[in-house]
This record gives sequence, structure tokens and C-alpha cells, in this order.
Amino acid sequence: MDCYTANWNPLGDSAFYRKYELYSMDWDLKEELRDCLVAAAPYGGPIALLRNPWRKEKAASVRPVLDIYSASGMPLASLLWKSGPVVSLGWSAEEELLCVQEDGAVLVYGLHGDFRRHFSMGNEVLQNRVLDARIFHTEFGSGVAILTGAHRFTLSANVGDLKLRRMPEVPGLQSAPSCWTALCQDRVAHILLAVGPDLYLLDHAACSAVTPPGLAPGVSSFLQMAVSFTYRHLALFTDTGYIWMGTASLKEKLCEFNCNIRAPPKQMVWCSRPRSKERAVVVAWERRLMVVGDASESIQFVLDEDSYLVPELDGVRIFSRSTHEFLHEVPAASEEIFKIASMAPGALLLEAQKEYEKESQKADEYLREIQELGQLTQAVQQCIEAAGHEHQPDMQKSLLRAASFGKCFLDRFPPNSFVHMCQDLRVLNAVRDYHIGIPLTYSQYKQLTIQVLLDRLVLRRLYPLAIQICEYLRLPEVQGVSRILAHWACYKVQQKDVSDEDVARAINQKLGDTPGVSYSDIAARAYGCGRTELAIKLLEYEPRSGEQVPLLLKMKRSKLALSKAIESGDTDLVFTVLLHLKNELNRGDFFMTLRNQPMALSLYRQFCKHQELETLKDLYNQDDNHQELGSFHIRASYAAEERIEGRVAALQTAADAFYKAKNEFAAKATEDQMRLLRLQRRLEDELGGQFLDLSLHDTVTTLILGGHNKRAEQLARDFRVPDKRLWWLKLTALADLEDWEELEKFSKSKKSPIGYLPFVEICMKQHNKYEAKKYASRVGPEQKVKALLLVGDVAQAADVAIEHRNEAELSLVLSHCTGATDGATADKIQRARAQAQKNQ
Amino acid sequence: MAFPHRPDAPELPDFSMLKRLARDQLIYLLEQLPGKKDLFIEADLMSPLDRIANVSILKQHEVDKLYKVENKPALSSSEQLCFLVRPRIKNMRYIASLVNADKLAGRTRKYKVIFSPQKFYACEMVLEEEGIYGDVSCDEWAFSLLPLDVDLLSMELPEFFRDYFLEGDQRWINTVAQALHLLSTLYGPFPNCYGIGRCAKMAYELWRNLEEEEDGETKGRRPEIGHIFLLDRDVDFVTALCSQVVYEGLVDDTFRIKCGSVDFGPEVTSSDKSLKVLLNAEDKVFNEIRNEHFSNVFGFLSQKARNLQAQYDRRRGMDIKQMKNFVSQELKGLKQEHRLLSLHIGACESIMKKKTKQDFQELIKTEHALLEGFNIRESTSYIEEHIDQQVSPIESLRLMCLLSITENGDARCSLDTHYGPEHLLTFSNLRRAGLLTEQAPGDTLTAVESKVSKLVTDKAAGKITDAFSSLAKRSNFRAISKKLNLIPRVDGEYDLKVPRDMAYVFSGAYVPLSCRIIEQVLERRSWQGLDEVVRLLNCSDFAFTDMTKEDKASSESLRLILVVFLGGCTFSEISALRFLGREKGYRFIFLTTAVTNSARLMEAMSEVKA
Repeated sequence: MDCYTANWNPLGDSAFYRKYELYSMDWDLKEELRDCLVAAAPYGGPIALLRNPWRKEKAASVRPVLDIYSASGMPLASLLWKSGPVVSLGWSAEEELLCVQEDGAVLVYGLHGDFRRHFSMGNEVLQNRVLDARIFHTEFGSGVAILTGAHRFTLSANVGDLKLRRMPEVPGLQSAPSCWTALCQDRVAHILLAVGPDLYLLDHAACSAVTPPGLAPGVSSFLQMAVSFTYRHLALFTDTGYIWMGTASLKEKLCEFNCNIRAPPKQMVWCSRPRSKERAVVVAWERRLMVVGDASESIQFVLDEDSYLVPELDGVRIFSRSTHEFLHEVPAASEEIFKIASMAPGALLLEAQKEYEKESQKADEYLREIQELGQLTQAVQQCIEAAGHEHQPDMQKSLLRAASFGKCFLDRFPPNSFVHMCQDLRVLNAVRDYHIGIPLTYSQYKQLTIQVLLDRLVLRRLYPLAIQICEYLRLPEVQGVSRILAHWACYKVQQKDVSDEDVARAINQKLGDTPGVSYSDIAARAYGCGRTELAIKLLEYEPRSGEQVPLLLKMKRSKLALSKAIESGDTDLVFTVLLHLKNELNRGDFFMTLRNQPMALSLYRQFCKHQELETLKDLYNQDDNHQELGSFHIRASYAAEERIEGRVAALQTAADAFYKAKNEFAAKATEDQMRLLRLQRRLEDELGGQFLDLSLHDTVTTLILGGHNKRAEQLARDFRVPDKRLWWLKLTALADLEDWEELEKFSKSKKSPIGYLPFVEICMKQHNKYEAKKYASRVGPEQKVKALLLVGDVAQAADVAIEHRNEAELSLVLSHCTGATDGATADKIQRARAQAQKNQ
Repeated sequence: MAFPHRPDAPELPDFSMLKRLARDQLIYLLEQLPGKKDLFIEADLMSPLDRIANVSILKQHEVDKLYKVENKPALSSSEQLCFLVRPRIKNMRYIASLVNADKLAGRTRKYKVIFSPQKFYACEMVLEEEGIYGDVSCDEWAFSLLPLDVDLLSMELPEFFRDYFLEGDQRWINTVAQALHLLSTLYGPFPNCYGIGRCAKMAYELWRNLEEEEDGETKGRRPEIGHIFLLDRDVDFVTALCSQVVYEGLVDDTFRIKCGSVDFGPEVTSSDKSLKVLLNAEDKVFNEIRNEHFSNVFGFLSQKARNLQAQYDRRRGMDIKQMKNFVSQELKGLKQEHRLLSLHIGACESIMKKKTKQDFQELIKTEHALLEGFNIRESTSYIEEHIDQQVSPIESLRLMCLLSITENGDARCSLDTHYGPEHLLTFSNLRRAGLLTEQAPGDTLTAVESKVSKLVTDKAAGKITDAFSSLAKRSNFRAISKKLNLIPRVDGEYDLKVPRDMAYVFSGAYVPLSCRIIEQVLERRSWQGLDEVVRLLNCSDFAFTDMTKEDKASSESLRLILVVFLGGCTFSEISALRFLGREKGYRFIFLTTAVTNSARLMEAMSEVKA
């Protein structure tokens, strides 16, 4: 154990820094790094190199080459750069490579060198060219900041949602600033730049001069500045070899250091870990690496090779042609355990476990020591935590073993932390593997989350590993396995050399009915690659029609979309397709399509009925549906038209349509209605009053009520109102008028086709017994009893009933006999009944 | 009913959960618009809303004033307007006019449209066309099931009938499927499914798809309801067309029960005020007479009145202590019962008065003759007279439809000019929906039919061979009636007090076709042996059964049956099935798109001047 801390370097009294090798690089670089444009993504991301970036010649052999490697130097992509000169490279948060060209165009490439898209940083940038560019990360995504040839800054805080901001001018800026950086504070991106001895902060509105508090005098120029990973801290390197470290708000100084090297450093980055009080920056020159912090001494390393620094959340990655290393502050837990002569509980526990393995009684001694102090829980926790921060699996194992050993002596130690650490380390070791090349630390992994890590694996097309991790961690299928399978399928459809059938089959075999897999997404990808047929095949596997339809529409398979929508039974979906079709096809074709789909047709008709009446008419016309066309005009005749001429005209059209539909009945009825309308108009003119819109029945009634009997009869004759109906009508109207004289006259005009019972009934309804009696005598024999009962003549009713010898009538009369008054009648009936029975 | 449930009858599930769900969702939606707001409610939604959340609940959630959605400019001065509407284009235009008026006046307010039970794309499109899509926020209140009673769930979608059976618009089918899905998530899966009708089949399939998409949720749950039976209204128009004679149906026909409550006018309450009365199982008096044939109701009520009086009379002999007990415990109940009793007696009297006016007996007689298929000549002349008297076009139409379906004949009349031109369209509608059937071309007119056309149509007796005649469905009522034995053979008087079969709901003359089908299928547990009937119903492709293993279903649940009426059901059918349930030890639960009756059916088909 003695040599375990050999690579620990103390900085000041309280902190150690260590540097260990992650990989020896697999790449076989011919160039020096300094001859390349370099960009490495944080969180163990990929490295991009653009060789020969500054050559202007057009010869193919010396054209720039863009190479992308994993962090272990495994080649991922290589392509010849055919676009304009590149000023700067950078990785976005989604691990997309942004290449900023001199003309302000930004080309976006995927991890595998696949061109994604491009965008421009605006005209101003195009005119003045790009002098320098930075890619930075914000809460919103990745931003690009550009310094133009006119010494103006343009930036976009999120390239995913491009909004260009031109920053205000810096007064008196004649040449390029000696150094500058993008700062992100309070969700707003700023630019901090140094011109000679002055510092300026640019925000959207203004340019303000700022001074770092406690800056040593004598500074005539700033050579380098560095912002920490979280944008919380700022470091400035001056031409006097002096380094100022403070908060990024420039309100507070943390510390300073004088390194006495006046040469401008190649790179300067912060090296701190979250929740640690130690602040340090790493400064790199050609052959020297220096870690400085709040201490009088610095840590110095010699660099054998040209190296490049990548700031990380909890340290700095340093890679060169041959190696890839990680430099960080030793975490507290590790320090406690491994510090020489440490008596921390974790250190004792580790010792105890070792002794235990040696079968030495010392194990018990150590353990007792911890237990006496009541620090066993703490010891176990320390070991677990320290294991997370170790890079070597061996060391991880021995720490975990120690933790596990300690756990045995604890009653209620919640197992979660131990189990999760084991799982996390297993995952981390897997992705740190040389072949995978994602050297994540535990803190980075926790910050990144497993979901993002899986995304990154998928992005590297490491589907099997991703699926294994999902299965190992037992992630829910929807978030885990099926999501990855869907990504795999999306990649699969891009394999152009495989036939549509094979791809579709292969995908279906693997995916089956896995929940959470959206076949429509995969189909959309296939369509994106120009494989429409494959997309349609894939859509067949999609169980939800709601997902099929939009894509089919996009692929201009509208008719297929329509039948799918109809199949789904979702009318909204059908409607969406219909509107789409309506815009896509000409009217004739659209109507023809509708004609073959009755369900869609009725849906569209319903809509037209409320919203587009004219279209409705056209629809019927197109189908030669004269019946409906007739109905349409009838409706128009009373709903849409106001003037009587218009209404008659509408009715005429309707009648014509009905004739065409061979519906003579309806046609005739419509013609009658026209006649009636005209007639009503004339009546209104001649007699005044309201006739329009009355039905024939009501028109006649109104006439009678108005005393125009002649006219009423004329009208009835004209429209051939059946006799019976006319009689009923007249009877009701006259009774309403209580014109008993006219009623009597009417009753005698000829033999009533409806009999005389209705007369009796209606008189009684008006409580005119006197009149009723007049008619009761005329009621035919069949209904006579009823009539007599109605007028209350029970005795006579009884006589008639007896005469008829009708049992039903007899009992009807009997039921009307009430109390004493009809006692005699009742007796009479009983007697008649008895008589009848005797006779039988 | 006078006969209680069999002691082994299963318990009904608690459907009040549906109310709570709907209320919580509504409150959530209202809270989405924080602060004071005015609520505009569509007239059709007012009664259902009242059953879910009363005004004080709305006020609690900062609803300031309530308005009815009607074609008038809004007087609201609130800064936030919330509209609670059915997804209809008409409503969208109303909202658009309101918003655009505000825009013209330079006023900015917040608008929120809550669609119930769901929003339709067409509505959003109209909002877009009117240029206000960006100004309003849209939400859905998925309130599709209103428990009107312990065994009756209504979707309160009367337009379902016209939209689907006349216009062929399938938009509501999805709503039905979602409602079924909700039921199965709340009350477990249904192990046995049966159905008949095109719409039933579509709804069933959509529902299945929904279940599959979200599988896992209902899996493993114990089913609470053992059977579900879906039935299209157009399988049986006849029953819905008949005059109702059980008490609840008669009240519906006479006073119109709206959303489970009825407005009794002054003639019933024997005061000068109208009274809104909730009619459900909680009304003890009503609960006992609702399923009774009307002829028994009076007798029952007077018996009840005597009992009540006797209970009142008990207090004569009481000492102080007993009296105290009586006043504190029984009096309130007695008073309540007394009040209800007098209400129902009033209603009965009012019904009697109305029914004798139009010679109800004659009408019933005619209907029965039509159903039984005898005395056609008398029936037709009765109908003719009915038309001649021009009492009520709706009533005449109903009788004509009944004649047409039962006789499979064409009963064309020239009502149009006599009632107004819009009824020409009504005719066309009735024909399209299959309520008026026509002879297929080439068939000879039967004697009956030629008689009908001569009598009823005074002109244009020629046959209509328009485009729709081929689409019109033929009715095979007579044959079906024979097959299913719908007309009971009666020896002597049918005892309406102690009914023998479901025919009692039509005075013993006719077993409702829909209920008979349900009975038969449940007995067989499939459509087996009913092929001929299904063929005659023109539903060969649309009769289905789907059984899953029943190992999880308790015997209790297997005697619970959910009957879904697509297009509405009548109280007579409900009474008939309740009777069947009592006889066989089942409990039926009814889910209907709306409670309907013959008048509503006819009105839905009528074209009216706007």
C-alpha cells in the first residue's frame, strides 16, 4: 500500500492531486497535435482532429482530413474536408461536431462523420470573416461565440434553436483582444475579453469595463483566461506570469499565484471537483504542466509530448500522441483511506479486511478499534465512496470487499448504496473499456445519468452493450431495451445494401411487439433515407393507426392514409386526412376519392352541412345524387332564402332534382309547396295577416278562422285536400270559433264523411251540451251509445244498448251509471242482461 | 316493484365513482384557469353538469357568473371566459363571434374552451378558420358516463342516434369505446361479450384496440361484471316506437324525463309552482311503481296512501314518550313519503287526463293490432283518421313508421304540404334510417299496401324508385316475431298484476324484440341457433360473441350484465329487463347513449325550421 500514494502530489496543506493513465492511445498519429485543430468533448467524449487545417492549396493530397476518435484513440470516422477553411471545432452537448468555417457557416457532423446540417452565423460574420470561435455549453444546449474580423462578437446560446445575437461594440477596440471567453451567468451568455490591461464584459445591451478585485499591479496585458466547468470561477493569466483566480462574477478573489513564467501558456483550465473547497487551475506550456492553487508552491509535471487539455466536471483530461491521462484532486474519501498513516475509520476497515484475508488476528483488533469509536457505519460508507472514485478495478474490488466485510458487523445497514455502487462500477468499467473508450468518472456518470450514457452508447452504435446494461440494471423496457432496439432499427434502415423485405423482416423479428417501440418512428427514419417502400412495410407493423397516418400523409400516400384512418375508426384522423387530401388533390379527384369511402364521405358531408354549404351541393352534383340535391334545395328554400322569389326558385330547382331522381312524389309535393307559397303571398296581399310559412292545413284553418269560408274551400279544392281531412279541419276550426250556427250549417251541407261522433266530441270539449245533443241523434248506430254517454244521456244510451243486445256496450253504459240517479237504468240493464241470458 | 329482488341477486357495483371522477376532472380543468371566470354552458350540458357539480362547487373554484351558450352577444364583463360545450361546429362559431367581437373592441381576455366528452379536429379547424385558434385554449372534459340511477348509466348524447343512424357519422363510436374502456379499468374486464349491429361491432373493436394499447392495467383484475351486451338501436325500432305503458315510461312519454329528473307542472303539484323531481331508486314510492303497468299504479298508490294514513293514525294512542320518538324518528320519513305519494298521484291523474283525451285505449289497441298483425284495415284507417285530425305530426309519423316496419310496407303520405315542406325531408330521413321501409322494386303491392297508399296518399301513388330505395332496409318484423315468439299466446286475460313474461310492459301484447334477443343470447351464451333471426335482422356480419376463460369471474359477477344500447333505450325496455333479471336472478346494468322514447326518435329524424 505504501506506493499507492506515490503519484499523489500535495498542493498546499490540504489537498492532493493525482494523475493517472486512462489509455495508451490507439491512434497512430503522424502529425504533432499542434499541427491539428483539436476538439475533445467533455464527459469522456470523442476527439476530433482536423489535420492540415491551414493549408490553402487545393491539391487533393494535402486537403485537410477530419478524423474522429474515441477517447482511447479508436478511429470512429475519417473524411476529407472539402468545404471552406475551418477556424474552430467543438462538440455540442449531443456529441455533434460543430465546425466553424471562416465564412461563418457552421457545419454539423455526427459522431461517425455523417453530415447532419449546417447553419450560418449571419451576414455580418460572412462579410467580416471569422477570426476566432468558441463552442460553449449552457443550460439550453450548446452555444457558439464568434469574433469577427471587425472585432465584433456574435453569439448564439443554443444552436438547436438558433437565435443570433450581435454583441455591442467594444469602444476603441482596434485589434483582436489578447484573450476572450464566453461566460454563462444567470442563464444569459456574456463575453469577457481582455484588451491590454483592461477587461470588458459584453452582454446583450452594453459593454462594461470590469476590474478583478485584488489584481496585482503592473499588469499590461492578459494572456490567457479560463472559466471553470460550471462557469462559477475565472482565472486570468497576465504577462507578468501572475495568475488571478476568483469568481466569474469578478466580485471576489479566491487566490493568486506568481509562476514567473512570462511565456504565454498554451492552455489554461480549471481543475476542481464539485463540492470541494479546493480551487486549482492547470496551466500548460509546450513541455510543462503546472497545477496552481491557493498555495505558495505549485505542482509541476513535465510533458514529454505535445499535449491537449480537456476540462471535465471533476478534473482535467490530458492526452497526447501516446497517452491519455486524467488529473484530478484526490477525493476526500480516498484521501482519508489512503493518506499515509491515516487512522480514519475507512482506512482501518480496509486494513482489517486485509488482515482478515491473511487470517491474522489483527483483523479483530482493527475492527474493535473502529467499533469502539462507533464509526463502523462511517467506515463502510467511506469504503463504498472511495471505491467509486478508483479507476483500477482491483482497487475498487478491495475497497468493496472491505465495505462488505464491515457490513457483516452492522445490524441495519441499508444495502442500497453498496448494491448501487457495485452496479455503477460494473457499468463504468464496461464503458471505460479500451474498445468502448468512454472514460467517465463516477461523478461525471452521476451528473450525466444512465439515460444519457445509454444515448451515447446508442450514438456510437454500441447497441449490444447498451442492451446488456439495460438488462443488467433492470431498467423498464420502455426506457431501456425497447428504446435501444428502436434506435438500432433506425440505424438498420439506413443500410442501403439490404433489401426492403430483409430489413423489414429483420426488424420485426428483433422487435416483435416489444412495448414502447414505435414502428412509425422507424418508418419515418426509413422515409428520411428515401426508402418509402420500406417505410410502408414497417408501418404495417405499427399497431396504432394514429401513428401510421401522419407519416403516410408525409410520404404522399394519402389514399392509403385514408383507408388506414378509416380502419382506425378515429374520425378525427379521417378528418385530418380529408383536409390534407382536399388541399392536395383537385376538387374532382377529391370528390372521387370520397365517393369510394362512404364513411369519409358522410363525415365530410356533416362538416359541409355546417360550414361549407356550397361544397355540399357540389358533392351531390358530382354523385348525381338528385334526391339529396332536391333535399338540399328544399332546405335552402326555408333556411337560406329570405325573399319569396328566391324561395320559389329554390323549390323549383328542388322539384327538378326530384324529377331527375324519379321521385315524382317528392317532386309533386315540392311543386305544391311552390303553389302554396305563391298563394299565401297573394292572400297576404289581399287579406292582410300572416300566411307565409303556414302549412296548407294551417292556411285553411286561418282562412276559416278569419271567416273566409269560400276561400278556404277553394284552397282545399285546389290542393285536393281529402274530404275527411277537410271535415276534421273545418269542424275543429268552427268549434274553436264557437260558431255553432255555421257548424250546424256545415254539418248539414252533406253527409259527414267522418260521421257525427266527432261533432259530439268537439262540442263537449267546448262544454256545449246543447249543441252536442243535436249531433248525438245523428251519430250512426255503431257509435250511438258512445255519443249518448258523452252527452250524459245514460238512460237513452241504455235503451240503445239494450236494443243492440251488445254486451260490451251494456257494460260500458253500466260503468257510467253513477249512484242513485241512474239506479233505475242500471236495474234496467241488469234485467236486459238476465233476459238475454235466459233467451240463449 | 312490488316484487323484491331474489335474495341471491348480485350487488350492483358502485357507479358513484364515475361522478367523482368527472367532478374532479372538471375542477382540475377549472383550476387551470386561475382567478375569477365566467362560465358559458351549452344548454344540453346544463342538466348533466348539475348532476356532477352544483353551483356552489363551481363557485368554490372561482366561477363567477354562469351563462347559457345561446346565439346572443355575451354580457359578461369578466376577464376570463370559459366555455363548456359539446364539440359542435355551431358552438365554435358562437365562440368565434364572441372572441372576434372582443378583438374589434380592442379587448383582450382569456378564453378557454372545454369540450365534453372530447374535442374533434373539425372544431379546432373551425376555430382556425375563424382566426381565433391562437386566442383560445382547448381542453377536454372526458365526462361520458353519467350514472342516472343505480343501474342506469347514460352518455347523454341524444345526437348519437341521428348522427350515426341517419347521417352515417361515426364520430361518437370512439367516445363509446372510451367509455367502455373506462368502465373496464374501473370495474375489471368483461369475460363475456356479445353484440349485434354494425355500430356495436365497431365500438367493440375500437374498445378492444384501446385495451390492447394499454394492456396490463386491467389484466389480472377480477371482473365485477360478467357479461356485456352491445345492441344497435336499429336492430329493434319497433319497441322504441310503441307507446309506453309502464309507469316510468309513461311519465317519460307524458312529461319527458330529462337527465333523470322531471318537471312536474302545476297540474301535478296542485299548487301554482312547477317542481323538479329526481326520479330514481332513492324515491321510495317511485321505486316501487316505476316498473309497474300503469293499470296497477293507481291501486298501489291508494293502498300506499291508506298504509301511510294508518301510520299517521298510530300516534292517536301514543303516550308522550312514544310521541317524542315518533316525531323525532318517523315523522320526517312519513312526511317525505307523503309528499312523494301526493306527487305521483298527481302525476297519475294528469296522465289519465291527457291519455283519455286522445283516446289512449284506441291508440294502444291499434298499436297492438299492428304488432300482432291482424285487423290491418282497421289500423290503417285509424292511422288515416289520425292524420286527418292533424293532431300531432310526430304522433302520426310514429304510427306510420310502426305500420311500415311491422307490415314491411310502404306507408307514404302527403303530409308534407299539410305540415310544411320540411317534412318532405323528414320523410327522406326516415326512409334512410330504415324507419320507413319500402318495397323493393318489382315486388307486387300487397292488398294491404295498395289499400294504404290509396287511403293515405291522395296523390302520387306511384312507387318511388329513387336512389335510396335500394339502400332502404327491409324489415322482416313479422317473421322475426314468429321466430322469437314475441306475441304471447294468451288464454283469457293477461294478468298485469302478476306478469308472466316481459310482454307485460306492453300490456301483455308484445315482448320487446331487443329484450328477447338479449334473453335468448344470454340463455345460450352465444348466437348459436339464432342464425335465422340474425339473418332476418340483416345483421349476419355484425353478431358476435367473445368469451374469455371464466376462472377468475365469481358466480356473483356472472349474474351481472351490462347492456349497452347504441342509439338509446326506452324505459319500457329497462323495465322489461329488470323483470327478466328478477325472474332469472340476474341484475342488469344499462348503458345507453341517451334515454329515448318514440317521440324523441321521431323528433331526431324531423327536419325543423331553424
